[in-house]
Amino acid sequence: MESARIAFRNLYRQKRRTGLTVSIIAFGVVAVILFSSLAGSFKNMMISQITDSMLGHLQVHRSGYVESLDTMPLNLVIEEQYVDQLKKALGEIKEIEGYTLRILLATLLSNYADTTNIKLSAIDPASEQLVTPLLPGRITQGKFLEKGQILLPNLVARGLELGIASEVVVIATNVDGSVNGTSLVVSGIVETAVGPSGKYGYIHIDDARELLRMESLQVSEVAIRLKDSEKLTLVMNKLQTVLKGITDDKGKPVFEVHPWKALSPFNNIANMIDLMTIFIQVILVTIVLISIMNVMLMAVYERTKEIGTIAAIGTPPSSIMSLFIFEGLFLGIAGAAVGNITGWVLVQAVKAAEMTISFGQSDNILLAPQISLSTMLATTFIVILVTLLGAVEPAYKASQLDPVEALRN
Amino acid sequence: MQSLVVAKDLVKIYQAGEVEVKALRGVSFEIDSGQFVSFTGPSGSGKTTLLNLIGSLDVQTSGELIVAGQAANQLNIRQRANFRGNNIGIIFQDFNLIPVLTVRENIEYPLLMVKPTPAAERHKIVSELMEKVGIAEQAEKFPNQISGGQKQRVAIARALSTAPKLVLADEPTANLDKATSTRIIDLMKELKNQLGTSFIFSTHDPRVVSHADVIYVLEDGQLQTPTAENTMGHGGSK
Ligand SMILES: Nc1ncnc2c1ncn2[C@@H]1O[C@H](COP(=O)(O)OP(=O)(O)OP(=O)(O)O)[C@@H](O)[C@H]1O
Ligand SMILES: [Mg+2]
Repeated sequence: MESARIAFRNLYRQKRRTGLTVSIIAFGVVAVILFSSLAGSFKNMMISQITDSMLGHLQVHRSGYVESLDTMPLNLVIEEQYVDQLKKALGEIKEIEGYTLRILLATLLSNYADTTNIKLSAIDPASEQLVTPLLPGRITQGKFLEKGQILLPNLVARGLELGIASEVVVIATNVDGSVNGTSLVVSGIVETAVGPSGKYGYIHIDDARELLRMESLQVSEVAIRLKDSEKLTLVMNKLQTVLKGITDDKGKPVFEVHPWKALSPFNNIANMIDLMTIFIQVILVTIVLISIMNVMLMAVYERTKEIGTIAAIGTPPSSIMSLFIFEGLFLGIAGAAVGNITGWVLVQAVKAAEMTISFGQSDNILLAPQISLSTMLATTFIVILVTLLGAVEPAYKASQLDPVEALRN
Repeated sequence: MQSLVVAKDLVKIYQAGEVEVKALRGVSFEIDSGQFVSFTGPSGSGKTTLLNLIGSLDVQTSGELIVAGQAANQLNIRQRANFRGNNIGIIFQDFNLIPVLTVRENIEYPLLMVKPTPAAERHKIVSELMEKVGIAEQAEKFPNQISGGQKQRVAIARALSTAPKLVLADEPTANLDKATSTRIIDLMKELKNQLGTSFIFSTHDPRVVSHADVIYVLEDGQLQTPTAENTMGHGGSK
């Protein structure tokens, strides 16, 4: 390991340059660690806001429903017989924590003076809270829902000057085209999870069935919560396999299954965050590659005469090469180590500072950056690989120097 | 038995852009084992060129050169490095010690990187050589902490560490003062007598030349015919 010893001594000889190169690499590693942990925490927080207060992880509809979601068609519902089959299928998948049935309806809301459009999600409060546990947290005034009550979105309540305990009339057209109304009491004001523009209210599913004069059980949407959100694809595949077999009298599948990603535009933001993480990693690789190549070429150039000497006294080219490979490797290892330690400390510091951010209507969301061992190991691996790559060319160049030429330096 | 070095009609032409430089124009000689040989001559006469060829650092343009039974121009770069490591010790004009290694480590270097040797034997060789060249007290110092004469002693020890058949020294005293030069040459001669290693060195210092057993004079890439004066003290060729 004479090569390693000489490489180490040479790095030690150029303390300042070594320090600088190690710092540059460490800086890149810190940037990657900080960014991926912060962005990762933001992404997870955002996803859980969306899934846990609105969508659930997975949703099942009647085939074709999602395509025409805007009009909330009442003729594309899941009828009782299919609801039973679906319940059975869901009960058999152990990764599912729970599910809730919803009827979605577009209605008119009146305070006896003014009228406005409002989309309502008719829910069963108990199972709804199981699937979207963050929903009650979105209620800014009043209480959660009971039968005969309505949860109004902020904007509508303000527009119609409605408050807690105000009485309203909800008017809807049922699937046959006949119009019906019912009067409800405002139980609370709800904020949307992701922005102030929503016009989504909540009523009790029993009230909706009365309003729509549904004799049998019919639902527009089944929202599902998983025990572990990471198992999304797995459960989705399981469910699809089972549901594919359930067809209507025309032989067409009854159900369609969508993950939350397909139902929310925030999936794009999540993807964008992933893309930016990759981008930062590419920058790290570039920084490491350029600085290592630069410093190694400088070393070869400066030590040409020394290389000539050791070549003249019979050092084989492969050993000369290893001398410089070791130098690059040591720089990479040192940079990765310093970077990982600094990055880890900074992440802990951010955590300890308990920084909060606002997202949508929710304030004070705690930023909880997580740095996984696998991210640190992967970053270390990439950095060391890249330093080796960066050192190969200069090292090869050194090994091929003609001793006579090199000695004349 | 064949001579240690056999050169026949050795020609070396450098191609410097458009211009051809004939550095050696047909040089022939033989050197036996255990000789202390000097090549001398004016600047540009081809001394360095010749030593580089003998040391297999470079190859001739034409002619024949056999060192220790081997024609180096038939070897590739790797094999030549290996050949040098096993047969030839080299001493440089500006010492060329490895600056990041101590005196001891510099002498040890060839036994680790060129001709790997077991630790016990290696330490024995290094200690003995440091005693022989008189730098044992400097063992843990770095090259920039010792004098020029001491550096050249280290370089001599390094060249001898692999027990080569032949040591080449291109102007080993050019960067040393007169007194030190004489001591270095005396040391080389003494080691030659003790170890039986052949030494070939180049110089244009007449005082240094006079210590040689055999003196070859180069002029404009050709050997001058040996005179009684410059073969003084030894038979020259046989
Ligand atoms: N690489 C080279 N390219 C072109 N010409 C060269 C090269 N090396 C040496 N020469 C020329 O070959 C001739 C012999 O040079 P060499 O270095 O062998 O002389 P020398 O006797 O060692 O001289 P000095 O005493 O100055 O060291 C000179 O004319 C020199 O300019
Ligand atoms: Mg010369």
